[in-house]
Amino acid sequence: MPKQTKTMNLNFGPQHPAAHGVLRLILELDGEVVEKIDPHIGLLHRGTEKLIEHKTYTQALPYFDRLDYVAPMNQEHAFALAVEKLLNIEVPIRGQYIRVLFCEIGRLLSHLLNVTTQALDVGALTPSLWGFEERETLMTFYERASGSRLHANYFRPGGVHKDLPVKLLEDIFSFCETFPKIIDDLETLLTDNRIFKQRNVDIGIVTKQEALEHSFSGVMLRGSGVPWDLRKSQPYECYQDFNFKIPVGKNGDCYDRYLCRMEEMRESINIIKDCIKKMPSGPVKSTDGKVTPPKRKDLKNSMEALIHHFKLFSEGFRVPEGEIYTAVEAPKGEFGVYLIADGSSRPYKCKIRAPGFSHLQAMDYLLKGHMLADVPAVLGSLDIVFGEVDR
Amino acid sequence: MSITVEDLERTVNSGLTTAIKMSKINFGQLVIQISLEDLYSTILYLKTNNKCRFKQLIDITAVDYPEKNKRFKIVYLLLSHENNLRIIINMDIDEKNDVPSIIKIFPSANWMEREVFDMYGISFKDHPNLKRILTDYGFKGYPLRKDFPLTGHSEVRYDEDKKKVIYEPVKLEQEYRKFDSESPWEGTKYIKEEEKKKESENK
Repeated sequence: MPKQTKTMNLNFGPQHPAAHGVLRLILELDGEVVEKIDPHIGLLHRGTEKLIEHKTYTQALPYFDRLDYVAPMNQEHAFALAVEKLLNIEVPIRGQYIRVLFCEIGRLLSHLLNVTTQALDVGALTPSLWGFEERETLMTFYERASGSRLHANYFRPGGVHKDLPVKLLEDIFSFCETFPKIIDDLETLLTDNRIFKQRNVDIGIVTKQEALEHSFSGVMLRGSGVPWDLRKSQPYECYQDFNFKIPVGKNGDCYDRYLCRMEEMRESINIIKDCIKKMPSGPVKSTDGKVTPPKRKDLKNSMEALIHHFKLFSEGFRVPEGEIYTAVEAPKGEFGVYLIADGSSRPYKCKIRAPGFSHLQAMDYLLKGHMLADVPAVLGSLDIVFGEVDR
Repeated sequence: MSITVEDLERTVNSGLTTAIKMSKINFGQLVIQISLEDLYSTILYLKTNNKCRFKQLIDITAVDYPEKNKRFKIVYLLLSHENNLRIIINMDIDEKNDVPSIIKIFPSANWMEREVFDMYGISFKDHPNLKRILTDYGFKGYPLRKDFPLTGHSEVRYDEDKKKVIYEPVKLEQEYRKFDSESPWEGTKYIKEEEKKKESENK
């Protein structure tokens, strides 16, 4: 007589502390073994792409903060680069350095959140307490530069909104001096921890071939041994001025991805330090009056400047016709913007390519045959943020 | 080993000959235009050809041009790690056309095609699970089409009498306002052109 098997369906989420947001998984289980996973996404869908089509380029920018709200400026960067290429304008060198500086801070923010919450998912509470304290410090840097901790709206087509306030660079530098110690502390808690290793080593293995076929990018790709980082391979902004290494994993499991993220944080610290040391002086945004609003001082004295300012913030600037795809290496992977401009001051079409979308798609393939308890571990190492998956 | 974007354009044009309707290099990325019948073979060629090696599908999306005869433009973005090159594949299709699914070539196309279906109502042939992905359960309409209103058609609220969340047609307290602030005023460039014109006339 054949063995009688019965699968059980289990509903995971949409409100589940280990789902990192609003994710609903329909799990088909045979005992404790996962047979099939059907992720239901879209619970945080806000129609970003539709909204952007109805806004001017300046107004569209803040929507990018709200995609991956863990590292907001990296998203703004992709959009700003796309618009700049279409407009064919140059960003002054100081503007570029400030952008790189804040992109790397964004990477720290994202990796800190991911590594510590992944530890939380597999049972370690302390890392998240330590990590979040540092995130808070980093977010005050965001606040001092842009005025807000999360939704910065700081990068603009043509540069950044404002120059940095006094002493900010010194403070970031002294943070960089102390922060590696925190990474070391986190590593002593996790890297050789028996429980952490048992929960992560050899879990959710992705081979090189499969990582490519499933459109993985970022750490998900590097963890499987593909040395691919857009900052190195297709340098945008001034990344070619910096010396940094690309950590690459070997086994493609959750543990390797964790190690990659830890190493990337150290590299980011080096980039930030280097960036502060080399920080050039000069303007922070393009001097092209077509894109950049006039100075506040001029507004008080010049009627033309006032009109100019008004037109830029009501009509917005026009972007010549064209189609373009630009991508940046966001902390989670390749974040891209496919933009079609029709010559008016609003984008005709703006498709956002979020790395988390294709990572989450692979859930079914990653977890087939794993235990139910591995679901949060793998989900944690995928580095999912629903703001960008659902858009 | 790796090839330049100009080499790629030549390779693609000689390898696919008739399938390519147009090709150009745009901001360092190759853009090609093909027709619907050639889609599957083109993508397969780009992935398997030894010179092209586009091993990764980045994204699939569509663009709506309601005034055109062939209403939608479908866009495929591919990336080759070995060559460090990107390619954009464009294709004009009708509202009624079924697009062949490329899941067999790139498994990650699954959700991307579902998203295009969800947002534009373009259906894909041989897709194993073509259903909505980002919008609500039971959603009607295709939100990214240009004729879909920004406010949508229905809204939700909690009904105190029925003790549940209900769907209702959208009631706007104030009509949605779309400001047309565009004017022939074009700022500095416009003035510069006028000045140049005057100068040339004076000469």
